[in-house]
Amino acid sequence: MSPRTMKLIVLNDYEQASEWAAKYIRNKILLFRPGPDRFFTLGLPTGSTPMGCYKKLIEYYEMGQISFQYVKTFNMDEYVGLPRDHPESYHSFMWNQFFKHIDIKAENTHILDGNAADLQAECAAFEEKITAAGGIELFVGGIGPDGHIAFNEPGSSLVSRTRVKTLAKDTIVANARFFDGDLSKVPTMALTVGVGTVMDAKEVLILITGAHKAFALYKAIEEGVNHMWTVSAFQQHPQTVFVCDEDATLELRVKTVKYFKGMMHVHNRLVETLPSVPKKN
Amino acid sequence: MPSNKSVSDAPITQFVNCRILRGSRLQREDLWVRSGSILDPEKLFFDEQGYADDRVDCEGSIMAPGFIDVQINGGYGVDFSEASEDVSAGVSLVSKKILQHGVTSFCPTLVTSPAAVYHKVLPQVKVHDGGAHGAGVLGLHLEGPFISAEKKGAHPERFLRTFQAGGIDDLMAAYGSLDNVAMVTLAPELAGSQSVVRELCRRGVTVSLGHSVANLSQAEEAVDQGASFITHLFNAMLPFHHRDPGIVGLLTSDRVPSGRTVFYGMIADGIHTNPAALRIAHRAHPEGLVLVTDAIMAMGLPPGRRTLGQQVIEIQGLHAYVAGTKTLSGSIATMDTCVRHFKHATGCSVEEALEAASLHPAQLLRLHHKGNLDYGSDADLVLLDDDLNLKATFISGEEVWKKAP
Repeated sequence: MSPRTMKLIVLNDYEQASEWAAKYIRNKILLFRPGPDRFFTLGLPTGSTPMGCYKKLIEYYEMGQISFQYVKTFNMDEYVGLPRDHPESYHSFMWNQFFKHIDIKAENTHILDGNAADLQAECAAFEEKITAAGGIELFVGGIGPDGHIAFNEPGSSLVSRTRVKTLAKDTIVANARFFDGDLSKVPTMALTVGVGTVMDAKEVLILITGAHKAFALYKAIEEGVNHMWTVSAFQQHPQTVFVCDEDATLELRVKTVKYFKGMMHVHNRLVETLPSVPKKN
Repeated sequence: MPSNKSVSDAPITQFVNCRILRGSRLQREDLWVRSGSILDPEKLFFDEQGYADDRVDCEGSIMAPGFIDVQINGGYGVDFSEASEDVSAGVSLVSKKILQHGVTSFCPTLVTSPAAVYHKVLPQVKVHDGGAHGAGVLGLHLEGPFISAEKKGAHPERFLRTFQAGGIDDLMAAYGSLDNVAMVTLAPELAGSQSVVRELCRRGVTVSLGHSVANLSQAEEAVDQGASFITHLFNAMLPFHHRDPGIVGLLTSDRVPSGRTVFYGMIADGIHTNPAALRIAHRAHPEGLVLVTDAIMAMGLPPGRRTLGQQVIEIQGLHAYVAGTKTLSGSIATMDTCVRHFKHATGCSVEEALEAASLHPAQLLRLHHKGNLDYGSDADLVLLDDDLNLKATFISGEEVWKKAP
């Protein structure tokens, strides 16, 4: 019987949270022992939260600790109607923040095409690609200030699949900073994996940092499962890890934080450098 | 890793571990090249699912666009103004030698000469791409003979000319043809010259002002007609005067049509221009500064007496004079020396020093695919260390010179 666990990992600051998450991902991939007939499927996010984590993963690749040759990636979302080479498209983000620095093959990366002629078909095809790859081993995500996972805005179905979504005002406002602060320049629609799509992953890691995410984290884990705060769905996922910094825990009860911090010495074993796992290159 | 190319079978080279000059900044980015052009790796990744066939480790070096010299009279014993039977052999020799100075494209320059010389030399020098054989020829720079007698410098007075009633026809009679001519230097105070400026620009030839006693008004009129360059600023023109700045005043003139830049050549060999003057020009108009060598045949040769065009010159150390006088007759500095001296004398940034030798001359000649490392541009490159000493030169992505270890 596979483990059924919810872990809340609290680190002191953004850098440490990023590093912990990156080491966790690294170790998961290494322990899986990916190879030409055995790809590790990884779900990936965009945005400012995971940037530190990507930097660390790149570092581990450059130090020879890990290879992405036998890793397949599936990104969570992409704007609709934004040219693929626009500096703020999620394709550009993934290329600049991650893909160009590592040894991943282009045909093993999958990002939704927000300029597809038939957006519904594009979404359905994405779901099929995930299925064909054998499902997602580990889906890494973030959380919006409104508690959304990917672009599953408040009110989304908790069993939703990959589809076209209209962005909520909160999300548009939050993203305006990437578009010269001009609300009119922010795309209003996006293609996104559904809550159900992420729930199908074998394991989910959610990265949450910063005080502005604190209320969403509180709603996600201390209140009930509620489609207005879609990350709360992961209370019912068999294997979830929430990686946070201190600031993100500011709205949690002291008791909750103390409880999980008390287990850090156990959880930290998950990120130790693996001694003798041979790398498949 | 083998590349996976749906668009082209040509091999792809990825230069890694370099700091490239792009967007006027040195950035830690890889540079990708395919079929002699700089490639967009993101497009390659997402559109073609491709990657590099070869990786070249630049070991942390600076990667800049290859230098472009728009004023070079010869070198290594070759004088472009000499009417030999095999001018192209001389051009080839120089074009090969200057690769070691980081020059990947240049304009062979002819000083004031009699019509017979132009008629013999011009047909032998063609615009052509560079490669392992040498730097590319962008076209000839004809400096004279329509220049001022008072500011002839080292040019022979007996071959100077003025425009008679014919204007452009007089010019065509002197040169024979404008094919393969990239630039003409003339003095805009000469009667009839303004219409010549206009006609040359209309034909796509860059017009430069130099060897002239023009006042600012006359210079501005020429710029209005299309002139866009000043030949070796400060040298062979009236000195800056606060009530009539002369040609030098173009650097800050408010009569330059909007959207246009007046470029100016500087010989930054430490001899032709006092560093203080170099700084004044740079600070007044940094984006127009174009480094040129104005190198003469003696560049690369040991000291002594040589012939330049129709005159005899004398080399003493780093100086080259008209024999028997103290008139400078051109420089023997190399382009990379000029870049280093320019940076040292002005205290400018590495990026600015490199752009003055690459981006600005390309902009002057309206060559959008040269002088920069943008996607789609020609992969003419130089690798340099932090002190701007050359390590290697590339043309169309192929290594054409490497510093001996």
